[in-house]
Amino acid sequence: MELKKKLLEHDKRAVARLISMIENDDQKAFNIISELFYLTGNAHIVGITGPPGAGKSTLTASLAKKLRDLDKTVGIIAVDPSSPFTGGAILGDRIRMQDLALDEGVYIRSMGSRGHLGGISKATHAATRILEIYGMDYIFVETVGVGQSEVDIMKIADTTILVLVPGLGDDIQVLKAGIMEIGDIFVVNKADKDGADKLVLEVEMMLNLRKMENDWQQPILKTIAIQDTGIDILVNKIFKHYNYIKTTGLLKSKKLKCIEAELAEILRERFIDMVYNSNNAQLDLKEIANEIFNKKTDPYTAVDKIFFELKERSN
Amino acid sequence: MYTDRKIRVVIAKPGLDGHDRGAKIIAHALRDAGMEVIYTGLRQTPEKIVETAIQEDADVIGLSSLSGAHMHLFTRVMELIREKDAENIIVIGGGIIPNEDIPKLKESGIAEIFTPGTSMKEIIDFIKSKTISNCE
Ligand SMILES: Nc1nc2c(ncn2[C@@H]2O[C@H](COP(=O)(O)OP(=O)(O)OP(=O)(O)O)[C@@H](O)[C@H]2O)c(=O)[nH]1
Ligand SMILES: [Mg+2]
Repeated sequence: MELKKKLLEHDKRAVARLISMIENDDQKAFNIISELFYLTGNAHIVGITGPPGAGKSTLTASLAKKLRDLDKTVGIIAVDPSSPFTGGAILGDRIRMQDLALDEGVYIRSMGSRGHLGGISKATHAATRILEIYGMDYIFVETVGVGQSEVDIMKIADTTILVLVPGLGDDIQVLKAGIMEIGDIFVVNKADKDGADKLVLEVEMMLNLRKMENDWQQPILKTIAIQDTGIDILVNKIFKHYNYIKTTGLLKSKKLKCIEAELAEILRERFIDMVYNSNNAQLDLKEIANEIFNKKTDPYTAVDKIFFELKERSN
Repeated sequence: MYTDRKIRVVIAKPGLDGHDRGAKIIAHALRDAGMEVIYTGLRQTPEKIVETAIQEDADVIGLSSLSGAHMHLFTRVMELIREKDAENIIVIGGGIIPNEDIPKLKESGIAEIFTPGTSMKEIIDFIKSKTISNCE
């Protein structure tokens, strides 16, 4: 197949096309990933998350530049929210990444979340696989800036960076929402602004309150992304974290858990599709909803019946 | 499950003039029409614009210019589109563009030029009509 060949020949157009096909649920793209699956799993995937406007895109660009200086190739997937009403989106993360636009060793893709919650889109994971097959050394995934629900990034990133900024007032809100757990590295960006040191202290206190199940000490770093300040140390921590999870076996156990979760998700989706596409009157969810509304049955009994029907048919 | 194919549009502002209000208004209108708009900010070079559109798998590039440098910048974008074998991308232009320049721009391959006063609906309908074969 043409696209597969082009992907292996490092054609960015093939990457671009394949990611769109994944976003549009085109089976052909998934077939190509299947055929080339042996080439996946070699990139270091770094998640960048945090509240809106924290500087995630600026920081990502700054990190990518540093890695390019070290002659590493970099893929970037930047997710912004889609409008739940029109399905449209304004994808603006690239504005901060202009310096990288013509770099041969960089590929940048903007994605709408397309109704998916959790800070990334449904296609993001498969898109990282395309970039791995393409041969990127590092893949950055910038999540939607929500502030408390972008936990899905943990399922695809090896290292997750939680970016906070002073002066938002709701930083502590972020911390309270329990998303502290997702940060392997904490960054207090916009350290040129008042309140950065205070925020670092607050985060430190929060982290000390919790006992880690492993002994990775989540570092808290200050950066000024617009001036590339603090980026060297951050890059070193990213290397260090990867090394740590590799040597302790945490990377493997994390990946295994994520693969299992992914399997469950694909199964769930297939299963629902199967019910919807069954052409079996007993499985007509609209009709069943109607019956539930009219109190002829209830959701629990109805699902029992659906399972019974599916089992009967497969026997 | 049904996922509809989204029209993807790169909105770019080549050249050095310093404000992008018009471009932003267009970006919002296209978003509200259900499109995914990749907004790239000010001071873009034609090289960056075309490379961005390729990496983003855009269906459309919307160029905006107020500086009077549109002849050079827009035609350079079309040159690069041909060089990079990306003729599947439709390029439209807008901004302050004298009528007498329009035929020359169209000759270079720009699909349409929208001058101030064009309604948003016209622009949206044009994009939809040009991308319909790929998108539906
Ligand atoms: N003063 C200061 N401003 C910064 C710094 N880093 C980023 N900014 C600015 O903060 C604003 C937002 O930066 P982005 O990188 O777009 O933030 P983001 O987190 O990607 O935003 P969303 O993707 O919209 O959630 C921009 O105007 C940046 O120039 C910094 O270290 N100091
Ligand atoms: Mg951003």
